Amino acid sequence: MIPKFTSYHIRKIILEQSWKAGVGHIGSSLSVADIILALYRDILQIPAVNDQDRDRFVLSKGHAALALYAALYLRELITFDALNTFCGNGSEVGTHPEYSLDGIDFSTGSLGHGLSIGCGASLAARLQISKRRVFVLISDAECNEGSIWEAIMFAAQHQLSNLVVMLDLNQQQALGYTKDICDLSPIDEKWAAFGWDVHTIDGHSVDQISSTIKQLDTQSGPPHLLVAHTIFGKGVSYMENQIKWHYWPMSDSEFGQALKDIKGME
Amino acid sequence: MRKTFIETLVELARKDPRIMLLTGDLGYMAVEPFIDEFPQRFVNVGVAEQNMLGVATGLAEAGFLPFVYSIATFASLRPYEFIRNGPILHKLPVRIVGIGSGFEYGLNGITHYSLEDIGIMRVQPEITLISPADFQQTRSALLSTWDLSGPVYYRIGKDDKSIITGLDGHFTLGKTQSIRDGKDVLLVSIGSITLEALKAADQLEQNGISCGVIVVASINPSPNEDLSSALSNYSNVVTIEAHYPAGGLGSLIAECIAENNINCRLLRCAVPVVPRGVSGTQGYMNKYFGISGESIAERIMKEVIAQ
Repeated sequence: MIPKFTSYHIRKIILEQSWKAGVGHIGSSLSVADIILALYRDILQIPAVNDQDRDRFVLSKGHAALALYAALYLRELITFDALNTFCGNGSEVGTHPEYSLDGIDFSTGSLGHGLSIGCGASLAARLQISKRRVFVLISDAECNEGSIWEAIMFAAQHQLSNLVVMLDLNQQQALGYTKDICDLSPIDEKWAAFGWDVHTIDGHSVDQISSTIKQLDTQSGPPHLLVAHTIFGKGVSYMENQIKWHYWPMSDSEFGQALKDIKGME
Repeated sequence: MRKTFIETLVELARKDPRIMLLTGDLGYMAVEPFIDEFPQRFVNVGVAEQNMLGVATGLAEAGFLPFVYSIATFASLRPYEFIRNGPILHKLPVRIVGIGSGFEYGLNGITHYSLEDIGIMRVQPEITLISPADFQQTRSALLSTWDLSGPVYYRIGKDDKSIITGLDGHFTLGKTQSIRDGKDVLLVSIGSITLEALKAADQLEQNGISCGVIVVASINPSPNEDLSSALSNYSNVVTIEAHYPAGGLGSLIAECIAENNINCRLLRCAVPVVPRGVSGTQGYMNKYFGISGESIAERIMKEVIAQ
């Protein structure tokens, strides 16, 4: 039986699969788990994975793919057997998403690429007179990439109202805290100054994420940014806000502790 | 060639509403016919080539046929990873139109000299790579490849007037075009520098050296069969390209000789060093770096005939 679409279950899948595969990027996946949960539970219109008029989703921070796979499974777009091949040799389900897998619109993994693709997808929807929307999930450190700012200017210039960007503001990156590397603050004011419709939300409140998106005007006006305040490694006590959990895999005992920690979210 | 390219694209766009034209703020006095007729299908992305390729990827996934246009260096080098992880990885019909081969932007200097675009595109197995030799071949190449299912890189020259004698605008994907018969040396050329190859052949003819000349406009897919059969008839082959030696036409011919065990010596006429600290007209630069007709002929006399 497929588990319920909850913050607990998406995290349980992330922990189980990353522990089984012995891989990292756990903290990043836990950071975006509730954003992806809100999108796949409440927001994305996907009549079929190959429906041309489906909403598009670009996980521009591709290293959080495990959260996306978990959501695809919970939404019944991929099977448990497919999910369970995570990081196995020959699997389509690797640490970064590939479009060959049902439910993945674009392959990602190189930061700074996804927002430009999202701009093109949004422009295409407008030209095709479609009401479909495009959602792009980026990381805060991804805004180090110059190409992000090219896309920000383009989207505002063309008033891509059907484009919704979620920025995972966990304030960490691979080797340190964002404020110590390329300070981004005030990131909300920067995007607003570029002409975007900016909203600040709790990135772990699924209801707030969903209700904010539902109130957006995606048919006219500027593109939208949701600055999602998140906690890196959210839900696992020893991972929260710790740099090493960008890459580090869990030991057996750490896995056991992590499962206990997320029990409170059940 | 770029004028012909745009004119032909306008004709195609009249028939196919999927065609769009994106530019990275370049194409003054070239792209206007498309803008005038299809303003809704034209986007000046701004001076932002990475974003241009990303936008084209999103458009193509939704069913459009986006042509992205810039000077060849800016169209190929800056957004290279976006080309790799976008249209190539996703098998999408994005067309990258790079204007200016070799020293065609003469006085503009090294930043505008496209000397490695063939090499970097050729290493990608799933992008069609086309470099026409004159405006007539540009038209036939575009007409025969515009609706391929995967990505295409077009290396388009600036010369809208010169005609390559013997080519008659012929183009076939995966084939070469033989434009001149000759028994002593085979010249293999690519793009607008073919004009210089023909000048070299003329000069050598006056010295009693008879040169065959073939044009390679289709690099990916590579015209392997045509090349191996042509090379088998000669003991000396000379490649001529407005490009660095590594990765371009000379490399392709070297691979063909080695892989087919052909007994043929290769001389590569290409731009041998980084052209820093010197600028000039295309003619001046071609001569300075050894790819003018005269300098090609001299090298052949010295390094092939005299050996």
